[in-house]
Amino acid sequence: MKRLLEINIILVFLFLYIPILVVVLFSFNSGDQIAVWEGFSLGWYAKMFKNPGVWRACKNSLIIAGVATFISTIIGTAAALAIEKHRFRIRAALTRVLYLPLIIPDIVLAIALLTFYVQVKFPRGLTSVILAHVVFNIAYITIVVRARLEGYDDTIEEAALDLGANRWQTFWLITFPLIAPGIIGGALLAFTLSIDDFVITFFTAGVGSTTLSVHIYSSLKFGLTPELNAISTMLLVNSIVLILLFLWFRGRNTQTS
Amino acid sequence: MHRNYRLLILLSPVILWLLCFFFLPLISVLIYSFLERGTSGGIVPNFTLENYQRLFDGLYLGILWRSVSTALVCTAICLLVGYPFAYYLACYRPKWRNVLLLLVVVPFWINFLIRTYAWILILRTEGLLNSFLALLIHGFQPLELLNTPLAVQIGLVYGYLPFMILPLYAALEQLDLSLIDAAKDLGASPRHAFWHITLPLSLPGILAGSMLVFIPTVGAFLTPDILGGGKVSFIGNVIERQFKTARDYPFGSALSFMLMGIVLAGTVLYFRALQGSESAET
Repeated sequence: MKRLLEINIILVFLFLYIPILVVVLFSFNSGDQIAVWEGFSLGWYAKMFKNPGVWRACKNSLIIAGVATFISTIIGTAAALAIEKHRFRIRAALTRVLYLPLIIPDIVLAIALLTFYVQVKFPRGLTSVILAHVVFNIAYITIVVRARLEGYDDTIEEAALDLGANRWQTFWLITFPLIAPGIIGGALLAFTLSIDDFVITFFTAGVGSTTLSVHIYSSLKFGLTPELNAISTMLLVNSIVLILLFLWFRGRNTQTS
Repeated sequence: MHRNYRLLILLSPVILWLLCFFFLPLISVLIYSFLERGTSGGIVPNFTLENYQRLFDGLYLGILWRSVSTALVCTAICLLVGYPFAYYLACYRPKWRNVLLLLVVVPFWINFLIRTYAWILILRTEGLLNSFLALLIHGFQPLELLNTPLAVQIGLVYGYLPFMILPLYAALEQLDLSLIDAAKDLGASPRHAFWHITLPLSLPGILAGSMLVFIPTVGAFLTPDILGGGKVSFIGNVIERQFKTARDYPFGSALSFMLMGIVLAGTVLYFRALQGSESAET
């Protein structure tokens, strides 16, 4: 029985990782077939770095993810503070509504935003994508910051207030440092999801606001080249670095609490 | 500062944002779904139920059935593979448990588009799977795997298997192993102990995992688009076509509401079942 379970574990990991390894491996292929090995080369990376389209998409991805993360971190943290530290009438309803953007299918949220932008004649470009990304990022940030606030000791804040600190000082000197690992962790999560998002971006972006994900999608549809393997590997390394940072901050999270 | 005033400052951004960029867009879709289609992609502000009537057209019922049945099969496969996986990690507690769990989570963080694209490299006619099989079997004829329902099914299982494993693991990990020992001491066979103790107690994990797999797969757009090559359409793909090429916003809106209805019905069923399993326990 145990043997069978171990075999299942090995098969699942092969299934999960072989496709990813294939992409990485073939990004170092010298030939111009996407999946026929012809020899080691960094040629596709060189080609990728010389491609102005990739650079532009990369820049757009970073701007969108950066600004969307910044806005949603502020809004999401405020929401988490309100939910965890206050009791108010719509609290239960709000906590449910907050997570709705994660439950409804991406495609529905995407076309809803598109319809809305068309209706109010909002121009589609970087701004429209950023506004859309904030919607789903708020939910993730609130989840992570709320987790950090759970079991949070209110008496430290009360002590600070008793000792003559005002609300503002108490927040920046006491509350913020205590929840900072949660906020940074949430922001990293939001940034990664924003960079990786395709569906919402695809529907809300305009002509000049192609992101890396949209660039990859177009290359998939209109001619596969091994350059795609190089771009994918670059994005993959980026994700792995961000996950390690996230885990590191979460580790600090549990150590300090 | 007054307490209510502080609360207002904390809450107004999130409420305003959700109102403007979530509820208003959804309401505009709802309104669109009852309007007539204009000549060149626009709308005519006349009330009609025709968009909803069109959903019952055989073509769209077929696509609906394909989305729901593929999502159900995907959920079942993930459960059959994921349960023994989570069971091993939780009950045998191998030394590398935390590393193995981390390895289950890592694919979450890798761009979904890239993970789906990877299967093109493997499944296409001149792809790796066919080359590999040709090495093994003499005179092997390459299989047409890409752009088939099978390819979409593989891609969906691949994309959402971790969503099944994690809640199952969380449920099984909390399980009190002494209960199983007690059952065995009292003469239950391991099989009997599994079916009557382990499985019922892990039901909340089974339900949570099934919901986390079913909901995104029934609304999938990317996987059928990329691995189905336009030949294996889901509701998500029909919706995309209404907005990107057919420019029939009202019908696309009606389809979106049907999809949301399925997802919300799934969520309600999940909470019902969860309550049922909890009350059965106590």
